[in-house]
Amino acid sequence: MRYIEPHAHMVSRTTDDYEKLALAGCEAVCEPAFWAGFDRSSADGFYDYFRQLTEHEPKRAAKYGIKHFSWLCINPKEADDPVFAREVMGLIPEFLQCPTVLGIGEIGLNKNTRNELAIFEEHVQLALDHDLPILMHTPHLEDKLKGTRLMLASLANFSQLDRSKVIIDHVEEHTVPLVLDAGYWAGMTLYPDSKCSLDRAIDILEIYGPERLWLNSACDWGVADPLAVPRCALRMKQRRHTAADIERVVYQNPRDFLAQSPGFVA
Amino acid sequence: MPSKQEILDLQFIEARHKLLDLAAFLDRIDRHPGDDDYRIGALRKALPILLAGRPDRTRAILEALSDPTTEPIPQAAFQGAFGAPPRLTAHNGAQRHGGAD
Repeated sequence: MRYIEPHAHMVSRTTDDYEKLALAGCEAVCEPAFWAGFDRSSADGFYDYFRQLTEHEPKRAAKYGIKHFSWLCINPKEADDPVFAREVMGLIPEFLQCPTVLGIGEIGLNKNTRNELAIFEEHVQLALDHDLPILMHTPHLEDKLKGTRLMLASLANFSQLDRSKVIIDHVEEHTVPLVLDAGYWAGMTLYPDSKCSLDRAIDILEIYGPERLWLNSACDWGVADPLAVPRCALRMKQRRHTAADIERVVYQNPRDFLAQSPGFVA
Repeated sequence: MPSKQEILDLQFIEARHKLLDLAAFLDRIDRHPGDDDYRIGALRKALPILLAGRPDRTRAILEALSDPTTEPIPQAAFQGAFGAPPRLTAHNGAQRHGGAD
């Protein structure tokens, strides 16, 4: 089975994981910029991180025959200081010239603060200025519903935004209808003890249909399974989804969304 | 689409296991010393939804465990999340969810 891992933080993973992804049929992995587990003390830390995403990880992935792409931003956990956030954002245009950069992400909210929201909106404008897709993070646990509503209200103010070029990630049962009804794409993150389980994600697919939905592992330095997408594909098979239905969700849908970025090659 | 019987064959043991784990967790909280906090209250409040005759129990539980406020906050006091909306007064030592993404 071929598949695309549309959201993984491979800088946090060992090389063994690239081999596991390749063995499972992964053809491309997409890595949004995120929080490294501790706050970086200077914009220089982000400069190095953006180089790692655009120069080092594509080479590491290529050794296993996997294409590697990235999304750039300052993540919402480090965006509550707007002066610092804008300094980091000033670095991004230089890196947007890199051939494997897909767009702006994963931007969004963490604790739903005013500063986070302001920096989120500036990222949206940055994407619009460069005509790039957007990958959005939604907050954790009790903050997700409020944060999703705040961001949807904010996005509605960008009249020139093409909603088909925006994916709102980490949706669950209480946020997926808000996202899909507004015309955006939605990502389901498969985590062992938060976000979606394999079966809940499949329930969502059965209830809402496969259109504008993708699955990802969002594997990072925390509790996560880099093989969550192929594991979910197996579970879909156990639940009598056809091979064509599985291929659509794990390969065709991410390919169709990502193909809106000039840098993406399936 | 599989039948109810097929879903039961595939997942009943797993659901039984999760139900027992939840019961054991509540027993454990009762058995151990000290005070609990708002999280156990939020969990107890959500439990009746399991027995409600509605098709969207998961969504309803997620909504019951969500921050009900609607305005952005001025500043974050911490970065993580707790899994249930804290009381407006204090976090009572609750441990934050440490996940990155």
